[in-house]
Amino acid sequence: MSEFTERRRVHHPEMIPSAGDRRAGRAALRAPRPLKERPTEHLPSPSDWSFELIERYHDVIRDTARRHGLDTYPNQLEIITAEQMMDAYASVGMPVNYRHWSYGKEFIATEKNYKRGAMGLAYEIVINSNPCISYLMEENTMAMQALVIAHAAYGHNSFFKGNYLFRMWTDASSIIDYLVYAKKYVADCEEKHGIETVELFLDSCHALQNHGVDRYRRPSRKSLAQELAEARDREAYAQRQVNDLWRTLPRRASAADGPAETRRFPEEPEENLLYFIEKNAPLLEPWQREIVRIVRKVAQYFYPQRQTQVMNEGWATFWHHHLLNTMYDDGYLADGVMIEFLKSHTNVVYQPRVGERGYSGLNPYALGFAMYTDIKRICEAPTEEDRQWFPDIAGADWLPTLDQAMRNYKDESFVGQFLSPKLMRDFRLFAIHDDEKQSELEVSAIHDESGYRRVREALSRQYDLGSREPNIQVWNVNLRGDRSLTLRHFQHNDRPLDESALEVLKHVSRLWGFGVHLESTNGANDVTKRWSVEAAPLAA
Amino acid sequence: MIQQIIDRRLAGKNKSIGNRERFLRRHKEQIREAVKRAVDGRGIRDMQRGEDVHIPKKDLQEPVFHHAQGGVRDIVHPGNQEYVRGDRIKRPEGGQGGGSGQGQASDSGEGEDDFSFALSKEEFMQIFFEDLALPNLVKTQLAETPEWKTHRAGFSSDGTPNNLHVVRSMRGAIGRRIALGASSRRELRELEARLVELQRAATRGDVAAERELPALRLAIEALHGRIARIPFLDPIDLRFRSRVRVPVPTSKAVMFCLMDVSGSMDEARKELSKRFFILLYLFLTRHYEKIELVFIRHHTQAQEVDEENFFHARETGGTVVSSALVLMEEIIKARYSPSEWNIYGAQASDGDNWHHDSGRCRELLSEKILPLCRYFAYVQVAEEEQNLWEEYTQLTETHRHFAMRKAVQASQIYPVFRDLFKKEGVAA
Repeated sequence: MSEFTERRRVHHPEMIPSAGDRRAGRAALRAPRPLKERPTEHLPSPSDWSFELIERYHDVIRDTARRHGLDTYPNQLEIITAEQMMDAYASVGMPVNYRHWSYGKEFIATEKNYKRGAMGLAYEIVINSNPCISYLMEENTMAMQALVIAHAAYGHNSFFKGNYLFRMWTDASSIIDYLVYAKKYVADCEEKHGIETVELFLDSCHALQNHGVDRYRRPSRKSLAQELAEARDREAYAQRQVNDLWRTLPRRASAADGPAETRRFPEEPEENLLYFIEKNAPLLEPWQREIVRIVRKVAQYFYPQRQTQVMNEGWATFWHHHLLNTMYDDGYLADGVMIEFLKSHTNVVYQPRVGERGYSGLNPYALGFAMYTDIKRICEAPTEEDRQWFPDIAGADWLPTLDQAMRNYKDESFVGQFLSPKLMRDFRLFAIHDDEKQSELEVSAIHDESGYRRVREALSRQYDLGSREPNIQVWNVNLRGDRSLTLRHFQHNDRPLDESALEVLKHVSRLWGFGVHLESTNGANDVTKRWSVEAAPLAA
Repeated sequence: MIQQIIDRRLAGKNKSIGNRERFLRRHKEQIREAVKRAVDGRGIRDMQRGEDVHIPKKDLQEPVFHHAQGGVRDIVHPGNQEYVRGDRIKRPEGGQGGGSGQGQASDSGEGEDDFSFALSKEEFMQIFFEDLALPNLVKTQLAETPEWKTHRAGFSSDGTPNNLHVVRSMRGAIGRRIALGASSRRELRELEARLVELQRAATRGDVAAERELPALRLAIEALHGRIARIPFLDPIDLRFRSRVRVPVPTSKAVMFCLMDVSGSMDEARKELSKRFFILLYLFLTRHYEKIELVFIRHHTQAQEVDEENFFHARETGGTVVSSALVLMEEIIKARYSPSEWNIYGAQASDGDNWHHDSGRCRELLSEKILPLCRYFAYVQVAEEEQNLWEEYTQLTETHRHFAMRKAVQASQIYPVFRDLFKKEGVAA
């Protein structure tokens, strides 16, 4: 684990106008503005922080960030204790959330790791709201506080404000309000229907969380008041709809026979399982539908964050490194602070090689940091190779280039666009082709002339959430028979589903109320595997 | 842009407590099992602390759809040292060389270890009591630490303003002012006398005296100033009423644990008996500062043993219950004078007794032991009623501080003590 372990980030950009904001924001500076006057002496550098010191450091960091044209929400720094930090961690980084045992488990695990010293102290959480709230832990030294401020309050903050996914995708203007509503709603349900009933139901919803997002359709933005009003209408309407679907009255003769027999329902496969269940599951009560919706909305909210890990962490890491180094060059920082900062920074961007102890894939901090640094290098001192690969940006101004690279990409496209041959050589990247049918793995490409494009493509695909998670869609409902639900897993590259799928299916069947089937189909649309779960009535 | 730094450290912590409760509730079975093991493993005195609980990881998993090994994959790794394109590598055992950074498999990070965490003392007691089916009022009574009473214990030099003792403080201030000012005042007196003398000389036209006068006046003024600068009240003068906390229960108690260890008492029955003893002990800790435990086990002969041997040594043979009662009486006579000690007895047995002995037991109890005891509780950890049960039943009518009950499950133990706790409830 790197020392920075913030995992999920809250996002609350109230200032964004509703419909799909694509405005360019403030025009990026072409080059950093010069320092007005050099300070006469270093900022004081005791290891203990004080409010006054944090303010002085923050002033300098802010001025330096402004000279580089970083466009951020206003900052609000909050000092909290380690325990409060763990509280915040446990509820997925949100300041409020509904209660669930899994968050309790998370808290205990975090607390244990923290007590054992397995987690670095420097962890921090940014809540992206306006003003943007960054948590500083009281145990940090002054140098660490400076690092966290630069990283979170300027790095992440500007990413949230700039990146297109965050601008476009999340229903963020009301997320905090929405969570307050969700917490209260779940608590009311617990009171009315019993903690256990609600908990079992939430378990089932959580099992489908990753399949409760719209990938291609942007959800509309709603204010809390709208949400509340619509929640009531929705309850009544949805219940009517469902009843209609399962109407048992005999139909008119003309409709009863003919093509209706063979028509699938839904006619088009639906990838958002939770959405389908919310709208169509026949036996759910209104409060259960609302809870499905709550889980779905929270999952949707985190979806863009999962797609920009390398970019987001890399951006924040690049800027804390650049800002603090600039401050050192300008004569603000003492050597001691700088050495402590560099030590932490080095830990953060450490990339173990494959097979080494502690290796667990590419470190997003390391890769992201290296890529932004490399883009800057390509702008400032391009080689012949760079001119060939990146004719657009070689020799351009680095600030606007970096700004564009932050705004308009997600991990997948960012790697696909900007991973340079030099970086592949530096990281000594190589791609392994793992085909189940072969007895051995094959090295399909390495960091050489013939392999650059292949490695880059493979890595880009690796960050594509669509291929990382199994593609499972609602395929059919047996309307005329046992009302069973059939899900279909479209295998990508023949990758099978894990056996735990059966456990998940039990949850699906609890939500659906009738039997549930899951079929895995390969590229040729042949069913390769089938799981079935009989009807499991909702636990009373 | 106005920057703000907000100190949230004093704002609420333990926001997660509701989540923790839900977590404990969900894994109640495992936790209860752990508590049960702890109760069996611990000494009677050692009950009131937390416990580490281990839960197998697989029981905690929240399933989601994810990929298994297999199919076709392209994975990019850093740190190539020797490979060139087209190299073939043996498939590493047990999956992808240390995880590929993909999907769910790598984010648990800790392997297949158990998930372990610590139950706090309160949570531990809560679950222990639940097993015993204690009424809520009793639960809170037992879990509480004994009440404290504060009373005055002289004066101290620090404390809160509401405890300030004004008279003492002022008295100290006067003393200090006198002590600090003494030398200055003496000097002042001397100089003033000299001044009068010199003034007199000056009026007589003594030039030398006239010249000395201004300096003398200055010195006198300086002394006045010094005396005035002695503070009227100094922090070191302040005296506060000192209060110390003392626990309310101050008397001593001794608890006799009597148990049949003949062959028919198997491990399960002993465990049940242990809970019975623990409950009485917990009740006593609430009332008495100092509690001694005496363990007497018996088959045909009684013997005083330590706790370890009491619960775990195995004996066989017949049963003569009266032997234990005789020994108890002897020990009381020798070591625990009823005028100094509150004596409690707890007896557990499966009801088996040599039939001529049971009548003797009743006599012993009613004539010798019950008059000495504050309370005596008997629990029979088996269902069938034998002569000992019948004889004891006669006692309940005449002695209010004798209680008996059959218990084949932990939850049946509490009613034995019902009277004990009820009385307490009314008094409190």
